[in-house]
Amino acid sequence: MGPYLLRRLLIALPSLLGISVVLFTVLALAPGDPFAELALNPNVPAEVKAALRAKFGLDDPVWQRYFHWLLAMLHGDWGFSFISRVDVDTLILQRVPTTLAVIGASQLLALCIALPVGVYSAVRPYSWFDRIASSLAFVGFSLPTFFTGILLILVFSIKLDWLPFVYRADLTSTGWAWWGEQIRQSIMPVAVLGLFQGASWTRYVRSSMLDVVRLDHVTTARSKGLSERVVVMKHIVRNALIPVVTLVALTMPQVFGGAIVTEQIFRVPGIGSLLIDAILRNDTPVIMAVTFVFSCLVILFNLIADLLYGWLDPRISFR
Amino acid sequence: MAGSIPASPSADGLASARHVSPSAEAWRRFKRHRMAMASLMVLLLMVLAVYLGPFFWTVAINDIDFKATLQGPSMAHPMGTDDLGQDLLARMLYGGRISLAVGLAAMAMAIVVGVTIGALAGMSRGSVDAALMWLTDLFLSLPQLPLLLLIYLFRDTLKAAFGPEVGVFIMIVLVIGGFRWMPVARLVRAQFFSLREKEFVEAARALGATTTRQVWRHILPNALGPVIVAGTIDVAAAIIAESTLSFLGLGFPPDIPTWGRILFDSKDHMDIATHWALFPGAAIFLAVLTINFVGDGLRDALDPRKVL
Repeated sequence: MGPYLLRRLLIALPSLLGISVVLFTVLALAPGDPFAELALNPNVPAEVKAALRAKFGLDDPVWQRYFHWLLAMLHGDWGFSFISRVDVDTLILQRVPTTLAVIGASQLLALCIALPVGVYSAVRPYSWFDRIASSLAFVGFSLPTFFTGILLILVFSIKLDWLPFVYRADLTSTGWAWWGEQIRQSIMPVAVLGLFQGASWTRYVRSSMLDVVRLDHVTTARSKGLSERVVVMKHIVRNALIPVVTLVALTMPQVFGGAIVTEQIFRVPGIGSLLIDAILRNDTPVIMAVTFVFSCLVILFNLIADLLYGWLDPRISFR
Repeated sequence: MAGSIPASPSADGLASARHVSPSAEAWRRFKRHRMAMASLMVLLLMVLAVYLGPFFWTVAINDIDFKATLQGPSMAHPMGTDDLGQDLLARMLYGGRISLAVGLAAMAMAIVVGVTIGALAGMSRGSVDAALMWLTDLFLSLPQLPLLLLIYLFRDTLKAAFGPEVGVFIMIVLVIGGFRWMPVARLVRAQFFSLREKEFVEAARALGATTTRQVWRHILPNALGPVIVAGTIDVAAAIIAESTLSFLGLGFPPDIPTWGRILFDSKDHMDIATHWALFPGAAIFLAVLTINFVGDGLRDALDPRKVL
């Protein structure tokens, strides 16, 4: 497994380079200038503008700027936000914990829904429970997250007035009250993301279970006289979960993408809303850094999925 | 006795009487999926309404009427009005045309690119295949939503080049389609790998069929089943992607009311004008749900191993 991991990491490097080239070129080609506002300001003399542009290397050719960026990145320098006037890495580090907390909680919720419902549906296929669960799952992943978010706000914040619809990072209370408020404001974002993921995973769990149910070892286990509980839990679920684990790892990057929408609806100050703010204000270094972080996540989780798959399924060998 | 078997007239007659074309067979199987049939009806109704509606409902989408702002559904405005008193039904019909067109165009692009790359990789072995698959994997590891958002940065250039509506339309279709061809390419490549070794392709090759003919006449038609299913699901995904962009305020400009854009505009008035958010949201949901169900029905209908 060691050599395999090493080889995979070596393959990941050119991919990351390729992605960074694509991202950088797209951003460099995009019209719009972070100093556009400055250029309109009559109080700033022309020499200062020119000096600023020269300092940030905005007039150099694209390839030169790319290598400049790459070199700085390798030194751990992520760049400097034009708008917020702080280093990009501090900006990102400020936002990451909130995003991770919301995403982590929603993934837990999704698993808590998908596993029991999917398993129970597959144990009794085409029963009433299965039909209702399958239809709900279909509805669940056809509902776009932005619409579910708006519906939840409409019902729970506006009509019932139970939950706040703006997520605040600067809660003033302490101790248990802080936890209470934190949970209250997290319920809706977590539910929106979690229900959507849960719905699509339920279908995967169910179909993966149904694939295993037909196998011979399950018949053998039944004919040995094992109780139904043992057959389902030990002989079916454990095998059926292997592809599901991989799928969960593979969908993580999409979840980060989906979190952008949720963060925007509930004004969660996470990495996704940082990206949208940066795009709206043409803050190129921040856009570049955030999209690059997303790409690294995709590659990282692809690697994790492959490793997990081989570790869980002894039939797969690393070559 | 042995000589009579191939010439048996009754066997021939039976075979020709039971012959049905593949598409008729698929349609027969599709009809047995009740949810898919119902969804197809609803979807066709929506398409008809969106395309024929403007002939019957002739209110302009940008008719501002400050005497009737934020009104609920009534006889004069069946879906109510927005904060400028613009008629929501007219805007919904207009937005539906754009949303469906974006979905179909992005799907077409994804399928064309995906089938081309998948077929090229599937027919050529070695370095070409490896290079194309590396490209596919590279595209799969690009973060999709963040890159979709970058469209916003190019909006002014495109607006100047093609006009506001067409420019953004081309951009959105290119980007959404450009991010959805990879699964199709992989599907087609896998199908080609197994099909090109099959006896009937070998027979065609032995009879002197050129590679192009093998691909067009023998391999591609047999590889299309999963591609059609993937294409159907892609339409739904493209509609969601477009409305997500519009909902974030980064898609079509404000004067072009797509379903996502109407939803985005309604966000700040949700407490007093619920209908404004509910109609576009329900329209997106209904379109996506019915398309997904149709895709599910097609999956059953086009899979020859499944007995129906």
